Amino acid sequence: MAKEQLMDYQKALETYEVVIGLEVHVELNTNTKMFCGCANVFGDEPNTNVCPNCLGFPGAMPAVNGKAIENSIKIGLALDCEIAATGRFARKNYFYPDLAKNFQTSQYDEPIAFEGKIDIEGPSGKVFTVDIERAHMEEDAGKLTHVGGSTGRIQGAEYSLVDFNRAGVPLVEIVTKPIYGAGDEAPELAAAYVRSIREIVKNLGVSDARMERGNVRCDANVSIRPKGQEKLGTRTETKNVNSLRSIEKAVKYEIQRQAHLLSQGTAIIQETRHWHEDRGATSSGRPKSDADDYRYFPEPDLVPIQPSKEWIEQLRATLPEKPAIRRKRLQELWGFSELEFRDVVNSDLLDEIDDTVKAGATPQAARKWWTGEIARIANSEDKEISEMPITPKQVAEIAGLIDSGKLTDRLAREVLTGVLAGEGDPAEIVSKRGLEVVSDDGALLEAIDKVLAEQPDVLEKIREGKLQAAGAVIGAVMKAMGGSADAARVRELVIQRASGE
Amino acid sequence: MSLISRPASELAAMLQSKEISSVELTSQQLANIDKLNPKINSYLTVTHEIALAQAKQVDELRAKGEKLSALAGIPIAVKDNLTTIAIETTAGSKILKGWIPPYNATVVEKILANRMPILGKTNMDEFAMGSSTENSAYGPSLNPWDLSRTPGGSGGGSSSAVSSMQAPIAIGSDTGGSIRFPAAVTGTVGVKPTYGAVSRYGLIALGSSLDQIGPVARNVMDAAMLQDAIAGHDDMDATSLPESLGSMTEAAKNDSVKGLKIGIIKELTGEGFQAGVSERFQEALDLLVAAGAEVVEVSCPSFQYAIAAYYLIQPAEASSNLARFDSVRFGLRVMPEGPATVEKVMAATREAGFGPEVKRRIILGTYALSSGYYDAYYGSAQKVRTLIQVDLAKAFEKADVLVSPTAPTTAFKLGEKQEDPLAMYLNDIATIPANLAGIPGMSLPVGLAKEDNLPVGIQFLAPAREDATLYKVGAVLEKLLENKWTKSMMDFAPELKVN
Repeated sequence: MAKEQLMDYQKALETYEVVIGLEVHVELNTNTKMFCGCANVFGDEPNTNVCPNCLGFPGAMPAVNGKAIENSIKIGLALDCEIAATGRFARKNYFYPDLAKNFQTSQYDEPIAFEGKIDIEGPSGKVFTVDIERAHMEEDAGKLTHVGGSTGRIQGAEYSLVDFNRAGVPLVEIVTKPIYGAGDEAPELAAAYVRSIREIVKNLGVSDARMERGNVRCDANVSIRPKGQEKLGTRTETKNVNSLRSIEKAVKYEIQRQAHLLSQGTAIIQETRHWHEDRGATSSGRPKSDADDYRYFPEPDLVPIQPSKEWIEQLRATLPEKPAIRRKRLQELWGFSELEFRDVVNSDLLDEIDDTVKAGATPQAARKWWTGEIARIANSEDKEISEMPITPKQVAEIAGLIDSGKLTDRLAREVLTGVLAGEGDPAEIVSKRGLEVVSDDGALLEAIDKVLAEQPDVLEKIREGKLQAAGAVIGAVMKAMGGSADAARVRELVIQRASGE
Repeated sequence: MSLISRPASELAAMLQSKEISSVELTSQQLANIDKLNPKINSYLTVTHEIALAQAKQVDELRAKGEKLSALAGIPIAVKDNLTTIAIETTAGSKILKGWIPPYNATVVEKILANRMPILGKTNMDEFAMGSSTENSAYGPSLNPWDLSRTPGGSGGGSSSAVSSMQAPIAIGSDTGGSIRFPAAVTGTVGVKPTYGAVSRYGLIALGSSLDQIGPVARNVMDAAMLQDAIAGHDDMDATSLPESLGSMTEAAKNDSVKGLKIGIIKELTGEGFQAGVSERFQEALDLLVAAGAEVVEVSCPSFQYAIAAYYLIQPAEASSNLARFDSVRFGLRVMPEGPATVEKVMAATREAGFGPEVKRRIILGTYALSSGYYDAYYGSAQKVRTLIQVDLAKAFEKADVLVSPTAPTTAFKLGEKQEDPLAMYLNDIATIPANLAGIPGMSLPVGLAKEDNLPVGIQFLAPAREDATLYKVGAVLEKLLENKWTKSMMDFAPELKVN
């Protein structure tokens, strides 16, 4: 595929104003599916959680999952939305083999929640109020796997397999109004918005909110227009951008790509685009027009949902604190500097650190591990930190082992590697790998004496008050002990020897 | 003793007193099916073994003294658009040929719970689209009163089975008259209950907001007992009514219409109705008046738009309901010429699997829902629907039940309207408003038209949830007619000479 030309990002922003709009799909973690009693579980054998209903068999009819309605209302309330007095389901008609009925039961002109807003902090600390147009309920489609051909795409595939386990899983689609004025912060703002949505649904307990599993998926609409122009530019919709980093990159890419085209006098085509993480680029999907005809009409097999005011107020009373308020509270509680805290938020580590602190670590230790070593390894493996196979509890345990003197920093990093390799909990790894600090003075003294015998002048220097001379001995001892010695103790012992004790 | 011409309620009493066994009854019934079905084509599938096994089981349970339902042991025919485990279910379409559903419709579950042996699945217009069974992919059913004529549609399989003694009782479905019109032209009783009275779960949908399952029978009491057996709330159908509508069997024991106000719908009488039909209709009204009922005239001007509205809403819903027939998960799969893509396989399958009327309605419905046309077509049709509901509500302020002939004519000849879809659609003029309004309707035989000696039906309509009113007035009229004739409607039926 020919590489598309991009305009320099800063130059693009000097010439054009960026408008973005975000559609986020949240998969709810209800026990059962949206319209039938099948289990809503990720990762089961294909086509095991299916029934006549989610397979779209003739005669089957939907029955609404009340818990999904409740969770959708909670999401609406958390986004400061109005909750509809009457919400109707509608059929969105289109043919696709992952869509069992060849229509998706969704909501159209009567979404359950509408007209909300959420404050999002951009990377500079500037707060944007993002207006929410609507949050509506719908069902997920099945999952297609294209076999044969290249890169698992439908083009060139020999055949495709459909797994209907996901068909009918409840989704809430949250749609923003156009977001203006984000300027060069637009890509980061898009990611920060999705991060906030993820945080909200996770704290509400209504979704597992794991992007790598598709629990939260984002479609990013991007358009640009010459500065000062009233008319909106033609937008593209980049589909299913499934990590925060990708959202940022995809938005940035689209800005640069569109800017280049406009600068060449080429019109932007309204279309869906696909994000390719490997190439760091989007590619053209199918042309999309506003006249895409889904022939929506009210779902005749379902009656309207009419949540009572009392119920809505009951649900409102159960909402957890809002992300912005929570952040303020945590920053004060942890005593992080502005810079430290923003680093935590931008690295998307608020929950991890909160949980690590709750598991007993000090805030600074928790921050240090997550933003330091774990982030470094994740980055080197090109993964999201949230994907790393380590729990906050395990991190807290490692920090605890250091505090109690059982591990050195170096040993702790080795333990961390063990946890990430799936060898078990930190304590297990310490014993299995034999990583515990040697606290047996006898063994240490033996090693020290051996080193001192090779460097007889060191003792003399220490006696003369040149304590830094001990460093060479400590280093050699640590090396001899394979790192499993407490350097401070070694230092003490060397000085003792020098003083003739 | 020949049992097959007796009504189900009578047979039920004989079963309860152990005068007869279900095996005996079911065997006789199957023997008559074997004799008549090859000619009349009422059944698409006859389930000899299943029926006999169920009959044997119910006899054993009765012998043990188990408490059984009123209709236990009465064999029944089921329209082929209800899903049945282990029994092929085609809805009259090639696209479902050979499809064995993995689940039972709720109504089928209820039939099994009532221990009624299932004789088989009855013929129908493909996906219930039609008024004559001529749109069945498996050939039309014939009218036992005149084998050159239609037994009505879409439920002509059930109506011809019940009127030719191939089943004492049957299940139908009614989207625009598919129970009531076949009943009218075969001299049987057909009831479309209130929308939501009977669960639609497992009914292969035509127009989801219009479809309703109901009984087909040889008299009012039989229909009442069957409605009681299949009605009731079902969690699997979100549109099913939460409350019970009471006992229809009790309502069918009514013997008085004194003070009952009967509203004649002005727009559904007179011009356009066959003379013999109007005559029998008037005679029935006279009998009711003589028995103490009061007749008033009511007007429902919006009915003039009913067929137009119906033929937008129903195809629109059908176009969506039938989208699932795509060869991916079940049913027919046709491979296209040349390289296959999923779109081409879907298209080839639907091209080969659907008949012309189904295609016509899918195209009509798709168009009616299209962006830019939605408001003018589907939107306007929904407004008409509201107007019809308003007109009916006003009419029911003046009258307890509304009446009209069920159909403008007696049974028409097979082939007569096949080339003229519009003429076929117009046939449903009297039955469609009930579906658009969700109210219950009954067709009851009122004798034979003079000019052709074919059955005529009267239709009663009642307000939503007042199905009992239909059975009350139906039972009285039935008795008045039988007293006048000194025999039952079915006794007029010709001896079938099937070669």
